Amino acid sequence: MSAMKLTVSAIAMVAASATGALARDNIQIAGSSTVLPYATIVAEAFGENFDFPTPVVEGGGSGAGRKKLCEGVGENTIDIANSSSRIKQSDIDLCAQNGVNEIMEVRIGYDGIVFASDIGGADFALTPADVYGALAANVAKDGALAANGAKQWADVNAALPAQDILAFIPGTKHGTREVFDVKLLEEGCKTTGAYDLFLAASTGADDDAKKKEAGEKCLEVRTDGASVDIDGDYTETLARIAANKAAVGVFGLSFYQNNTDKLKVATIDGIVPSVETISKGEYPVSRPLYFYVKKAHLGVIPGLKEYLEFFVSDDMAGPEGPLAAYGLVSDPDLAATQEMVAAETPMGPLQ
Amino acid sequence: MTDATHPIAARGSLLVLDPRTKARKAAETRFRLYGAAAIAISILALVVLLTSVLGNGLGAFRQTFVTLPITLTEKTLDKSGTRDPEVMKKVTTIGYSKLIDTALTEALAAKGLSTEGLSKKELSGLLSQEAAATLRNQVLADPTLVGQTVEVKLLANGRVDGFFKGRVTLESAARDSNISPAQLELAQKMREAGLIGLGFNMAFLTGADASELRPEAAGLGVAILGSAYMMLIVLVLSLPIGVATSIYLEEMAPKNRWTDLIEVNIANLAAVPSIVYGILALALFINFMGLPQSAPIVGGLVLTLMTLPTIIIATRAALKAVPPSIRDAALGVGASRNQAIFHHVLPLAMPGILTGTILGLARALGESAPLLLIGMVAFVKDFPSAPPEGLMQPATALPVQVYQWTQRSDPAFVERASGAIIVLMVFLLIMNAVAIILRRRFERRW
Repeated sequence: MSAMKLTVSAIAMVAASATGALARDNIQIAGSSTVLPYATIVAEAFGENFDFPTPVVEGGGSGAGRKKLCEGVGENTIDIANSSSRIKQSDIDLCAQNGVNEIMEVRIGYDGIVFASDIGGADFALTPADVYGALAANVAKDGALAANGAKQWADVNAALPAQDILAFIPGTKHGTREVFDVKLLEEGCKTTGAYDLFLAASTGADDDAKKKEAGEKCLEVRTDGASVDIDGDYTETLARIAANKAAVGVFGLSFYQNNTDKLKVATIDGIVPSVETISKGEYPVSRPLYFYVKKAHLGVIPGLKEYLEFFVSDDMAGPEGPLAAYGLVSDPDLAATQEMVAAETPMGPLQ
Repeated sequence: MTDATHPIAARGSLLVLDPRTKARKAAETRFRLYGAAAIAISILALVVLLTSVLGNGLGAFRQTFVTLPITLTEKTLDKSGTRDPEVMKKVTTIGYSKLIDTALTEALAAKGLSTEGLSKKELSGLLSQEAAATLRNQVLADPTLVGQTVEVKLLANGRVDGFFKGRVTLESAARDSNISPAQLELAQKMREAGLIGLGFNMAFLTGADASELRPEAAGLGVAILGSAYMMLIVLVLSLPIGVATSIYLEEMAPKNRWTDLIEVNIANLAAVPSIVYGILALALFINFMGLPQSAPIVGGLVLTLMTLPTIIIATRAALKAVPPSIRDAALGVGASRNQAIFHHVLPLAMPGILTGTILGLARALGESAPLLLIGMVAFVKDFPSAPPEGLMQPATALPVQVYQWTQRSDPAFVERASGAIIVLMVFLLIMNAVAIILRRRFERRW
């Protein structure tokens, strides 16, 4: 019964591995799918040029990555969480609860968010007000709130093409949606006057509650099919646009830059999104990208410090580096980040 | 319905169909057509799937290479002159890419190709960023190459590769920020001059994954190895456990409420969505037992749990199919119960058991959902070492690699993903063919 023996030995092996502490020698990373390509580029170059093994990089989303980071300290937990939005107080509390006390916050650069349509379609020159007017559930009309009835882009702004409104926007689980909400919907809500109307109509107990309610109202998008949430990746949005040439989609700048032969980008406030306009602060819709490091793992997981330093080095994250070539807007304060990493300074409390 | 009561003779000629018979015949014809239409639809779906996968993916097996004579100068690569790989490791890929750039410029000049209007960056953009790493590994593996001029076969950039495969055209390049028509025109001339050529892409099967900046270098090696390790674990664990369970339940266990309960549960487990097993694995194997993330051992254990019910059901069916007369005869001539089972029943049931096992393995091979939660959907560049240590080291799996590649932004990964599907389908086809052969050759019917 050699099969029996094999089983017994296999089970014994599993049991042995479960009890004995396993030395992990590779860095383990998880989190944002926006940061994922940057992290893989750095991981690949790191494995190529250093004697350490190539880090293992998982996607899964910013929130999921931070939650995993906060699961505890030890070799079966991850070392770094990539995140396309800033860590939340709830994450920090969860971390503290599980003994993860010191976290390093590393800002790697900025990412632009762009509207793009099919290459053969019409040109779009949008403003936050146009986006709000086209996609919000309720808009200001003649000084009063009304359900959004705009059928065509030209109904919103006569300068826009006379074609039906159809937009593919990131679903609520995406970090990108947060930027879309804050930089476009909220902004547009305020400039069109809808925010003040919401505030006046609010039934909140005090001013803060009213402001909160009005703010939430601003973020409601129409549900009549003109705005479609995409929960998948940008590849899905691209496929939807290929099938529906009149539609507009929301993409990350790097994704657009890799697909410029299929997509035509829209300007926002008259600015064409590019690495330059974002780093100059001209293009309004951008956000910082981060990764968070479990400080307790520094010195335990081989190569972790080296990886951090390599990631924020000018060769990688600088304006001439491969990350910028892929679409990352490099951080003007990169030198400060390099110092922070070298000194292993953990992040302070959130403001 | 009066004619039903009439005697046959009253119906008139037997050669003329009466309305009822006609209706019945018509119903039969209709049903045949429905059946044929159903088959036609499935064949059509299969043809569409295969053409799209093959059309997109066959290109992944061919790759554009640039062959260059490169002078490996000692000054840049080995200043100390010791030829010690440990010392030479200090020269990063950046140093090597400079050598490649020089070699490319010289080779173009030697062939008389004009590079006018192309910047230095655009020239080196014709080659993959993997090229420097390829050269570095080659030199570190054989330090004696330093100081010589060697012919090196390097990967071309993904867009150049796409150009020769028809994915990228001069029109699309004009709108593409990653490549210019001038670069492609030069690439075309280089092909005519014999500097660039397409060849079989072995690295697609043996190489590791690559980042989004170099889709041309992405390969399936780690995924194939990871899948193989997991299948090994599934086979080693689920076959003995499954067979032992089935023999006990089928041949030895008393028939009572408990065995009924177990039986119902096994049947239910076979239908549990696979993601549920992933959640279980995360809680049990990683969080509780402390096994490493992204490791084939965890993946193998999950898939074992998932495959067990299938194997148990197949094995029990195979054991049931052995006629009782065989057992009775064995027991009748004085064999013990064990002897009757292991000498007579089990060998006869073996083809059925193996078929079930292979089908279970094939299902496990194509499974990606449970691997999502245990960290195997990841960018893994290093190959795991040989078992048993390799079982604990990070790896991915074939279906997971397909999933990852479809998410990447560079269009070249579409071709890779389809290529990976072809590889996966070939493996599944082989496994299913083996199952059929086993059944045909060894199965006995009574």
